[in-house]
Amino acid sequence: MPETAPTARRITRIRYARQDPAWVRWGLTLAAVAVVGLLIVVPVVHVFAGALSDGLGAYWKNLFADPDTRHSILLTLTVVPLALVANIVFGLAAAWAIARFRFPGRTVLTALIDLPFSVSPVVAGLMFVLIFGLQGYLGPLLQRHGVKILFATPGLILATAFVTFPFVARELIPVMEAIGEEEEIAAVSLGASGWQMFRRVTVPNIKWGLAYGIILCNARAMGEFGAVYVVSGHIAGQTDTMPLRVEKLFQEYNLPGSFAVASLLTLLAILTLVVKAGLERRVPSERPHVD
Amino acid sequence: MARVNGKVLPGFSLSLGYTVFYLSVLVLLPILACFSKAASLSLGEFWAAVWTERTRAAYALTFGTSLVAATLNVLLGLLVAWVLVRYRFPGRRLMDSLIDLPLALPTAVGGLVYASLYVSKGWLGRYLVPLGIQAAYTRLAIVLVLVFIGLPFVVRTVQPVLEDLDAETEEAAASLGATRWQSFRRVILPPLYPALVTGFALAFARSLGEYGSVVFVSGNMPYKTEIAPVLIVARLEEFAYGEATAIAVVLLVVSFSMLVLINLLERWSEREAAHA
Repeated sequence: MPETAPTARRITRIRYARQDPAWVRWGLTLAAVAVVGLLIVVPVVHVFAGALSDGLGAYWKNLFADPDTRHSILLTLTVVPLALVANIVFGLAAAWAIARFRFPGRTVLTALIDLPFSVSPVVAGLMFVLIFGLQGYLGPLLQRHGVKILFATPGLILATAFVTFPFVARELIPVMEAIGEEEEIAAVSLGASGWQMFRRVTVPNIKWGLAYGIILCNARAMGEFGAVYVVSGHIAGQTDTMPLRVEKLFQEYNLPGSFAVASLLTLLAILTLVVKAGLERRVPSERPHVD
Repeated sequence: MARVNGKVLPGFSLSLGYTVFYLSVLVLLPILACFSKAASLSLGEFWAAVWTERTRAAYALTFGTSLVAATLNVLLGLLVAWVLVRYRFPGRRLMDSLIDLPLALPTAVGGLVYASLYVSKGWLGRYLVPLGIQAAYTRLAIVLVLVFIGLPFVVRTVQPVLEDLDAETEEAAASLGATRWQSFRRVILPPLYPALVTGFALAFARSLGEYGSVVFVSGNMPYKTEIAPVLIVARLEEFAYGEATAIAVVLLVVSFSMLVLINLLERWSEREAAHA
């Protein structure tokens, strides 16, 4: 706005120019609330209503009395941390290489990191079947040495890692680029070793971005379905993770059981959003983004 | 500090080496395996696997529902983003946080709920089914769950652009006598096009590959409600690995094209944003 002493009337007129009439405002707001309510809120409420439909006692029994369900919870709690650690290490390495150095093929590498976002999870799972399955490229060799990857925990970890590896890297690259390299260069020129620089300068600088990437990666890893579905072989009590258990109970018409497991996953999703909102306040420079 | 940063900072070969190694094991080798398996089929076998009446029905369904869902997402996403950016009302911040829920919620959970909401005794189905709206185990069910999955993509691409929109052009339009609707169509909407198209492409790409939620709601009837990823799983369960891979290659090629397209679109959006 130009500084030529705007009169009060002019200010109101200009403010009014960007404002919609009240009926439009109310109508659109109600419509948006209805969209979010019907698409998102009602389903979330329904998960808990479905889980608690037979009362708290039944809910508890559905979760912890069924050995297959119990096992699926334990399996998810085994697979996800391992895939997560692998992806954190990868994310740190990839972000360091991409944000701090210029080299041929850098753009291709960056694009490659986005790949899992557009590959169908089922196709991802299929690729691992083609490598590690009995008719696959490495299957016979592995069998001779008694190593089981497909239809076992290692396959689940691989498939989960594939689907979720972009999250940490994608989060860290812009954060590292925004922070810049001056402090790191200073540390190194003052005689810090690479490891000291990383621990004392890099990690403290990127910690909130890193935390942000980890919780997004974790949420996605816990919920991964398609890729895991293909490589798991659905052996109840052995290779069913929580999302697969939700599907199996649904197929068995055990809806309260299915919703009970789903409610745990929903709680995790809500927790993820709460932590995410908290972290966003700490990483204000960050672009709002889409994963 | 006259030297290039590449020489001052340590860890280049270690980090790049590890990155390339990890990506090769996790991504490149599996993709290679997929294409090499497909290449082991003869052209006739490949064609017979990817072009049957059943696969054609699955492609048409996958594309059709994704297209409809992504279009709806653009309309609903623009509405939600507009209300979140322009209006102040109680619960706005909560609504803003809730938009990300479909990204954080496991797809199996989304599928499970959507499969239960719209059956004739479900919370919403009891009102819709008497009106003749069958949103369980039909194509409509697939569209609905894809709209749920895709909504955040459009909202989150449009929202920042809408926030950064220049107020002065809008005020100028109003002071030159444009009605509110004219300002919206001629002044506000055009700078949003790149973001809307990018959001559409992101939601569309996500919908094409979506599996977890759709298996729950669609009923998976061959020729009617069977999407392409479900068909791949069906072939795998028959141990027809070659045929499954052939269909997977078709989907992979589409995914790669979408990836390239989205990258181009995002660059276009950034350029447009820089202009404004």
